Amino acid sequence: MDTALLLEWTIKALLLIVVLLTGFAYLTLMERKVLARIQVRIGPNRAGPYGLLQPVADGIKLLFKESIIPAKADKVIFVLAPLITVIPALIINAVLPWGRTVTIFGREVSLYVADINVGLLYVMAVASIAVYGVTLAGWSSNNKYALLGGLRAAAQMISYELALGLSLLGPVLLAGSLSLVDIVEAQRRMWFIVYQPLAAIVFFITSVAELNRAPFDLPEAEQELTAGYHTEYSGMKFALFYMAEYVKMITVSALFAVLFLGGYLGPFESQYPWLGPIYLFLKILLGLYVLIWLRATLPRFRYDQLMRLGWKVLFPLALFNVVVTAVLVVLLG
Amino acid sequence: MGLMTVFILTGAVAIAAALGLLFARNAVYAVLFLVLNMFALAVLYLLLGAPFIAMVQIVVYAGAIMVLFLFVVMLLGAEELKEDGGPIGWQRPLALVLGVVLLAELAYFVFAASATKARLLPSPDGFGDPHAVGLTLFQKYLLPFEVTSVLLLVAMVGAIVLVRNGKRTADEPTGSDAD
Repeated sequence: MDTALLLEWTIKALLLIVVLLTGFAYLTLMERKVLARIQVRIGPNRAGPYGLLQPVADGIKLLFKESIIPAKADKVIFVLAPLITVIPALIINAVLPWGRTVTIFGREVSLYVADINVGLLYVMAVASIAVYGVTLAGWSSNNKYALLGGLRAAAQMISYELALGLSLLGPVLLAGSLSLVDIVEAQRRMWFIVYQPLAAIVFFITSVAELNRAPFDLPEAEQELTAGYHTEYSGMKFALFYMAEYVKMITVSALFAVLFLGGYLGPFESQYPWLGPIYLFLKILLGLYVLIWLRATLPRFRYDQLMRLGWKVLFPLALFNVVVTAVLVVLLG
Repeated sequence: MGLMTVFILTGAVAIAAALGLLFARNAVYAVLFLVLNMFALAVLYLLLGAPFIAMVQIVVYAGAIMVLFLFVVMLLGAEELKEDGGPIGWQRPLALVLGVVLLAELAYFVFAASATKARLLPSPDGFGDPHAVGLTLFQKYLLPFEVTSVLLLVAMVGAIVLVRNGKRTADEPTGSDAD
């Protein structure tokens, strides 16, 4: 294999991970700031100007915390579970296109790690295994609150994955491809949110549920389950769960942008390919803001409401959308 | 050369995971070994140039079915497997015999195939990509595909009917809304 190509892939993958982890650190700050503003508070403002060094302070604090493993816990799985949660959250980003090709030092470099012809299926595959980390964390802690949180996570993710998968089919039918680059390029004329408003809504709701974020945060409902599946975790292992959650928030926003908001497309992008990542970044920021806004606004669902919404509302809606889209694609060409 | 190394490593992982599944005394570990085995199979599909099947293998088996297995094991608290196999312990010798028969059949066909020196044709362009799989499935194998889907639907309806009957007999007298 071409050594230069291998080097290019390695650099791009490392760069992506650095960007995601920095994004994770500053997303925690953004969340605290936005929540504070919504609740008429100021938020973190002590560490550095405007609290900009707060993520650094948090990181150092977590590093120096004692890492406790409960005596009756299943040690192997207890240590593995945070890793199983973080790794899918990171590798799912490998197929997300940040832009088209740009020229760096006379070399054509494409702004994505991989463009495979089963890109969206890869996303589904990685998303579907993300539930193991949370479920196993709950089981291995040997704590009843943690176990209940893990079980809730498993049931919730299975219930919402079907509607999520079906909502992805709308853009796939319109673009005629499973590759995310093709899906973005198919939106040059018009963003898919215009043709697929229902799929966009279903995708957004189900992905909030897959993220286990408010109003779907039953697996870690503080008032009932202490902290749910990560009750027994401390130190860096606890930080890894948070890392996974926030990296997944970034991923979901990026996927929403790629599937429905035209990804890296925007004015003058065809002349200046460097604008692509900037447009995508702005669209991701919008998605993240809405996610935080939801958390600040909506109370948590009850468990039966969660199941009813998933199976009786979102799943039929997504199915209906697929049938209508398929018929229209065939009729209109 | 590189592909051969990956193949051998993946095969070793698959076999080790299968053995781990058989000998694990804890049902949660057994489930996890099976998940690992399915991942190894997905990698093997990738090596064979069938990315679509590889991804579907992970989505369906590792991502959905095994999560349900894990969910049921955890929900019932059935982690500890009994040394004598419990009420289905009598199946062990039978399983051994059937396993040996299957292995013998496999060995026979492998050796018979290598004796005839059948050349494997190189796979055509675009083999195994979503487009090709879709066309084959909905043109050449449309009837079997539809029959299978009806069979799955029947199984699903059957499961719901069984659950509903059980519920009606054990329903609370208050008649709270059971949807």
